[in-house]
This record gives sequence, C-alpha cells and structure tokens, in this order.
Amino acid sequence: MSKYLSMPIHKLIEEFKTDPSKTFDYLDSLYDNIKRVENKIRSFITIIPQETLDRYVENLIKENKHRIDNLKLFGIPIAVKDNISTKGIRTTCASKMLENYVPPYNATVVEKILREGGIIIGKTNMDEFAMGSTTETSAFYPTKNPWDTTRVPGGSSGGSATALASGEAPLALGSDTGGSIRNPASFCGVYGLKPTYGLVSRYGLIAYASSMDQIGPMARNVVDLAILLSVIAGHDPRDSTSVPFVQSVDYVQELYKLHHKEPKLRIGVIKEFFEGSEEPVKKATAKAVDLLCSYHECQEISLPFSKQIIAAYYIIAMAEASSNLARFDGVRYGMKIDFTNRSWDEAFTEVRTKGFGYEVRKRIAIGAYILSAGYRDMYYIRALKLRRVLKERFDQIFKGYDIVVSPTMPILPPRLGEFFEDPLRIYLADVNTVAANLVGIPAISIPVDFYNGLPIGLQAMAKQFSEPLLLYIAKQLEDRTGFRDILAQL
Amino acid sequence: MNNDQTLKTIIGLEIHVQLTKLKTKLFCATSADYREKKPNTHVCPICLGLPGTLPTVNRKAVEYAIAVAKALNCEISDRLMFVRKHYFYPDLPKNYQISQYIGPGFAPIAKNGYVKITVDGKPKIVRIRRINIEEDPGRVVYIGSIETSPYSLIDYNRSGVTLLEIVTEPDLGSPKEARIFLEKLIAILEYLGVTDPGLEGAFRVDANISFEGFGRVEIKNIGSIRDVEKALTYEIVRQRRIIAGGGKIERETRHWDSNKGVTISLRSKEFEEDYRYFPDPDLPPLRISKEFIEQVVKSLPELPDERIDRFMKQYSLDEYRATVLVLNKWLADLFEMCAKHYDKYKKLADLLITDFLRWINEFNIDYKNLRLDLLQIVKLLRLWDEGVLSVKMVKELLPQIIKGGIDVEDYVKSSGYTRLVDKEYLEKVVEEVFRESPKAVQDALENPKAVNYLIGLVMKKTSGRADPQLVREIILSMLDKMRSTGS
Repeated sequence: MSKYLSMPIHKLIEEFKTDPSKTFDYLDSLYDNIKRVENKIRSFITIIPQETLDRYVENLIKENKHRIDNLKLFGIPIAVKDNISTKGIRTTCASKMLENYVPPYNATVVEKILREGGIIIGKTNMDEFAMGSTTETSAFYPTKNPWDTTRVPGGSSGGSATALASGEAPLALGSDTGGSIRNPASFCGVYGLKPTYGLVSRYGLIAYASSMDQIGPMARNVVDLAILLSVIAGHDPRDSTSVPFVQSVDYVQELYKLHHKEPKLRIGVIKEFFEGSEEPVKKATAKAVDLLCSYHECQEISLPFSKQIIAAYYIIAMAEASSNLARFDGVRYGMKIDFTNRSWDEAFTEVRTKGFGYEVRKRIAIGAYILSAGYRDMYYIRALKLRRVLKERFDQIFKGYDIVVSPTMPILPPRLGEFFEDPLRIYLADVNTVAANLVGIPAISIPVDFYNGLPIGLQAMAKQFSEPLLLYIAKQLEDRTGFRDILAQL
Repeated sequence: MNNDQTLKTIIGLEIHVQLTKLKTKLFCATSADYREKKPNTHVCPICLGLPGTLPTVNRKAVEYAIAVAKALNCEISDRLMFVRKHYFYPDLPKNYQISQYIGPGFAPIAKNGYVKITVDGKPKIVRIRRINIEEDPGRVVYIGSIETSPYSLIDYNRSGVTLLEIVTEPDLGSPKEARIFLEKLIAILEYLGVTDPGLEGAFRVDANISFEGFGRVEIKNIGSIRDVEKALTYEIVRQRRIIAGGGKIERETRHWDSNKGVTISLRSKEFEEDYRYFPDPDLPPLRISKEFIEQVVKSLPELPDERIDRFMKQYSLDEYRATVLVLNKWLADLFEMCAKHYDKYKKLADLLITDFLRWINEFNIDYKNLRLDLLQIVKLLRLWDEGVLSVKMVKELLPQIIKGGIDVEDYVKSSGYTRLVDKEYLEKVVEEVFRESPKAVQDALENPKAVNYLIGLVMKKTSGRADPQLVREIILSMLDKMRSTGS
C-alpha cells in the first residue's frame, strides 16, 4: 500500500508544495485504493472520475503557481456528504427524489474548500435525507463498516466515515443533526466534530432539521480535523443563523497554543450516559476518561432526563423535517410522474409516496401531525420548553466544568439489518449525542479503543465556541492512545 | 322572516400589496422588477426554493413595512419574526410561504392601527388589525382558460417579491365604504412611495362579507378597487336573496369573476385549513430597535391627512376639494405647482377636479405619461379672469391643452379665438346692424324684449365671439341716445 494513503494532510500538503506533481501520484494511489475497497463498503454515491480530477488539479497548479503556500488544502481530496450542494455534481441526499438533481450552486463550505485548493473527490452515501443512524436508509444501497463489513458504519454520515477509515479520502465533510457526524465517527474509528450551531454556514446543506443541522469536519487525526474546521468555519451573510461575530479562527494555532500550555481542565463525566452503555463501550471509554483524569480534574455529573431529551429531539427534528421536505413534490425537481388527469394533490401524493423511503415518509407524517392545530401545544411547544430547560441545565454545568464527556454511542456497531426490527432501539441509541444539537454546543467524537476489532468513541462537549478545548482534549487522547491515521484493513 | 333591508352588513378586508418600489425580492438579491420579463428568467436558487438555500431578509423591505405601519397608526413590534405557512401548491416553490402570524409566541411587524375616512361628509375610523410581511408565490399560467388548458405552466419570476398583508377589522358597513377606505389606503401607500398600485398584480384584495347573525363569505383575489365595490354589491344582493328565501348563508370562499360580474363558489370553509404554522428556523427573530423605527419615522413624507389639513389652511379650500385633490396625488402635485403662479385657489381646484380630471379619464391618459406645460393652465385661468375667454371657451380649450401642443396665448392671437370685448369695434358692428335692420331697431325702441333680436344679429355678425353682455350694454345705450335725441 502506498505510503501516502495514511499520511495526515498537513504532511501531504508539505509534499505537494515542494513538488506539485506529487499530487498526481497521490491521486493514483487513492483511486487504486478506491477501486480495491469501494465495492466492499460502498462509501460513495458519486465518485468523480480520476481523469476529471487530474485535469482539475493541473489547472489548480497552473492557476495558483505563486500562491500555493497560502492554500490551506492545496491538492487535498475531500469526500463530501451527499446532502451538501456541489455545483455541477449530482447531490442526491441518498433519495430517489433527488436521484438526478444537479445543483446550480455550491454550498458555502464547498466554496471555501475550493478556494483553499481543496478537491471534491466524491459525494458520500448517507441515510436518506440524513434520517437514520446506520446509513441503511439510503435509497441506493447501505454502506458497510470497514472494520467488519457485516456491520453498519453508523449514520447518517456513514459514507464520509467509511471513506476516511478505508483510505478512500483523507478528509471528509459530514452533517450532524442529532449525532450524524459523531455516531459514524465512533463506529468507524475516526475523529468527527459537530461545531457550535452557527459557526459553520448551512447555506447549501439540504435541510433536515434546520435548527439543529450543522456541517462538520471528519478526519483521521486531530490536526487534520482542525485544518478542515479552520477552512469551513466563519460568518456567512447568506445564512441568517450564522453567527456574525465569528471571524476566521485558525484552529490549528489555537490547538497548538493549548497543547503547549497544557492547561488543567475541569471535566464533568456524565454518569447516566456511562451507566446506559454496553459493557465493552463503558470499559473502553472509562479507560480513556481515566487517561484524561490523570491530568485534569474530573467529577461525575448527572443529566437525569435522557428519555425526555430523545423525545424532544425527535419531535423538533420531525416537525422541521416535514416542513423542509415539503418542497420535494416533483414539480421542479425530483421524480417525474405523469401529472395528466390528476389533481395537484393526487400528483404530489404519488410523487412523495414513490420518491421517499419509509423512514422519511414516517418522519414527515409524524412531523406534520406534531405541527397540526390541536397537537402543536401538546408536542411541539412542550419539546421547545424542554429544549430551553436543557439549555439552562448545560449553562449551569458549564459554570462548573470546561468540558463534559460520555461515550459517543452506547453500543458497538450493530449488524446490518439488526435495527430494522426494533426502530425504537435505534432512536434511543442517539441518547448521548442529541443534547449537543438541541443546545447548539460543539461536540466531538474521539476514537479511543477497539473491542473485538470494532472501534469505540468518546464524546466530549463544551460550551458554545469552545472548539479549541475539544480539539485540545482530543489531541491529548490521541497522543496517549496513539489512535491516529489508522486505516481499516480490507 | 327577516326584514332584509334592516340587516347590518359587515365587511372586512385583507389587502395584499406588493412593495413594487423595492429593487430586490424579500429574501434574495434577485431583481424584483419581474413584469414583462420572460417567464422564469428573474429567479435564483433562493427564490426557486432549491434544496439547501436559505433566506436572508431585505432590510429595505422592513423599512418600508415600518413606514406603512406608522402611516396606518399601528403599534410596531420590537421583534421581526417569520413563520412558515404550509400548503401544497405548484406556484409555491417551498410548499410553504414565509409569512408572519399573530398568536402566542408569534408577532407580526405591526398591529392595532387605524385609518380615518370620510363617508358622505361624516368621519369614520377603520381599524387595522395587523400588517404582515410575506413573500409572493409564483404564478400558474394557463393556455386560454383553466378548463381548456392542456397543461399548467409555472412562472416563478414573481416568487419571493415582497408583499404586505394589511388586515382590517370588520368595520366597513357598505361596498362604498370599502371603496372609500381602499382609495385612502392606496393614496397613503403612494405617498409613502413604497408601491405603484397602478401596476398589474401590485394590489389584490380578499373581502369578507356577512350579514349580522349570518355566515361569513370570503371573496378571494379581487384585482381593483372598482371590482371590490362591484363584488361586494353583487354579494349583498345574492345573500339578501338567499336570506329572504329563508335560506342559510354557507361559510365559504368565493371567486370574483370580473368578466361576468359574478362571484362563484370555490370551496366551503367549514374546516379551517391547517397551515401548520411554526417559526421559521432559518430566520431567527431580529430585534427592531427604537432607533431604527425613529429613523424610518423621521424620513416619512407628508401623508394624505396632513396634506388635506394643509390644503385647507394654506389654500383656504373646503374639506371636499382638499380631499379629492390630495387622494389623487399627481393632481394635488399639479395643483400646488399651478398655485405658485395663480392665487384664485378655489377656481383652480374646481377646474382640476371637474373638467381636467374628466378629460384625463376621457382620453384614458395615464397621469404618469402626462406631458403638460403647467403654465398653460395658469394662462387659461388668467385669460378667463380677464374676460378674454368665456367659460365655454375655457372648457373647449382645456382638452387641447391636455392633448398638448398648443400655447393658449398664441392660439388666441393667431386664431382670433377670443371673446370680442373691444368696445369701439363692437360699437361699429352695432351701428352696422342698426343701419341694416331699421325695422328691428324700431321694434326694440318700443318693446324692450325685442332687444334680444338685435343682440342675436350682432352675435351672428361676429361668429358668436362678441361678449353678449357688452353688446347688450352698447345696444341699450344707443337706443337711449336715439330716444333722447328723438331721432
């Protein structure tokens, strides 16, 4: 296997800058690897042909001769989740509804990546419209966990996680509404960060639940994660929920600053989230917490109402989803059916029945019900209240603690199909991750160990805009566990 | 059975006004000037509702909305909040409309205002319930009519254009009151410079009408003030007939067919449509600061009520004349420009309100295309005052001035088209007549009524241009002279 494949991007870039032609060698080895592994795991929905990328890189080198040193992602291929709009590249949301949709514009994050010399290598598989936790609800095919192809990679950004873990791309973008970056990061043994709500522009992200959706970076080591975050973070006037006062921050520098100072942090360990986890998960994450606690100051804390948190999350997410997905009716894009002799209502119903998968239809239906007159107060308004209570609880926690930790997922990666029989169980598996989305705080999943060859992740959360602290903790663990740049053997 | 003539009519209006003076749409930078453009050429990913796009609020639209709210005496909200209103229709790109909503946890931009109108000389208050800012949907276009069209075409050029929805309380008691209210409202909007109500589709009305104690009917999408009055009048007759026959008025939505002049049932409204309102998560509430509101208020122009007051004081006009002028803003502007050169204001006002307005309508001239030399009107009035022109002549010359191209003074000089007031000249003409018709003179000496015959002869000789009053004076004094000299 090429030495390049597991190389961190900050090293790759150094190589490319001294000799830009190495970019082509790199692409060669990457595409060789994709040819070898893609059929086994199916990370991608769309892969850009190598010739196209070669040509693109040729131009990139020609046009940027004198400023290559200033480009943070020069020559680096990035796998992009297929719910992030890419101009001229099919963007399907893993749905029949958008099977042939080619956006005429780029998401802000994509623009930023291209501006820094990054290359879009392909669009990754996901749960349809990001609704799912296993990447099995994709309308095309499920993605498989590279560590054990009989198991799920987690979701909904499963394809992005597997592309990293199997060496198909060195960097990836995911989106996280209730844990969709952290969950597959944990199941696939990579780093995944859900940024503070509003830190990264949502413009161009095909919405699932707008008040919780957030695009975030995924990588095989912490520094790479920080580099990608630096590129995509920052205010975007096209997104009214983007936080205006955030100027561009160099998270790599922030990380190194903290790394050298090594400040002692106060760490809260969420009791209930450990107690609710499977034994191997509990053990592995407790060991990682011990590593942290040998240096930092740790204390057990309580977040008692986890069942309600899950309920509130799904109510808000489904309500917003029912609204966001209303536009897919076959008129402007999406499936085409014969409208002749049908009323609008009949035509819309047929398109939406055929175009959406079961999980999506279920969530839209429940969401519409939740928002309907007479039920809104009972469900939606109460969920909003709980969200407020949870925010207050976290505000309080962050008065006493710099970060709080828990297992990312309470379980090991399930086998493919295992969860279809028990949908409630999969909803409950999101228990540790959804709080960060409800509250809008940043959260990271850090791979810390394996159990029977399956990766296990630790989650750390901090208050708004504390991404540097999360990167710092992750780097400390990375240094102690040696969990970096690890590829699954396929 | 009810005595239907005593039934009280209750009318409430919901007016949708496009803020046509905005350069861009409500939530994107696409030009809002979509009229007469090729279908679907004035669109962008945002106003097409493409997946992943997000709205950002047009600040100027908020300024305009606040200006309107202030002019309608409303309370202005301290937060700008948007909700999504869901319904499936092909011209609605996202299948929800970004709008505003009144209710717990929600707030429209403004509420609780009023407009003063005058009906038959009596003042009346029409309360404004609320004002919403919202986006216009696109348009479904049919080939021919909706029944015969083989397919539906959808044009999204209009999609995302800023609308204000102005909702009144059910304070209007008759179609005429509705018309007077709308005229006033439109004038206010025009004075604010936020819309051009003359543009097609810039202004649409939904009217609610009921008789006290009976079901309420909503007439949707009426396109002009005249049609509002007609539709309501039609509805009153229709409903009265049903009530007189002992029938029930169904709660329903009706469509106004302006060609046939009738309303047609669209759907029964027993069940309120469920729009599943919820706050738009893409548009977090924005604070509307007091300073922002003050800034808008400071820049408000003079509004109709203030101008009417000023016209009454400054030009000593009565309320009727002042109101008619002011509510036709362009006419009021014309009046003020003329008034700089001419100070018989009442005479000026009357000429403009009656004859001038009539000819503008007759010629079907859009006042915006009126190319008029104001001084012509002033000259016309002066020549009238000086007795050079008679009333009749003034009325004949006015349309020619409006059509353009003539200078009153030149015209009068070159055509000799003036009233003959030259006494010496007229005396010569009278002498001539006396010479030619001694019999008639003899009659006139004996019978004063026969004088008219002599006047007629003079008028004929001067082709009707002589001033009859002056001619009469000259004839009478010559007859007197003849009597006294006994000749």
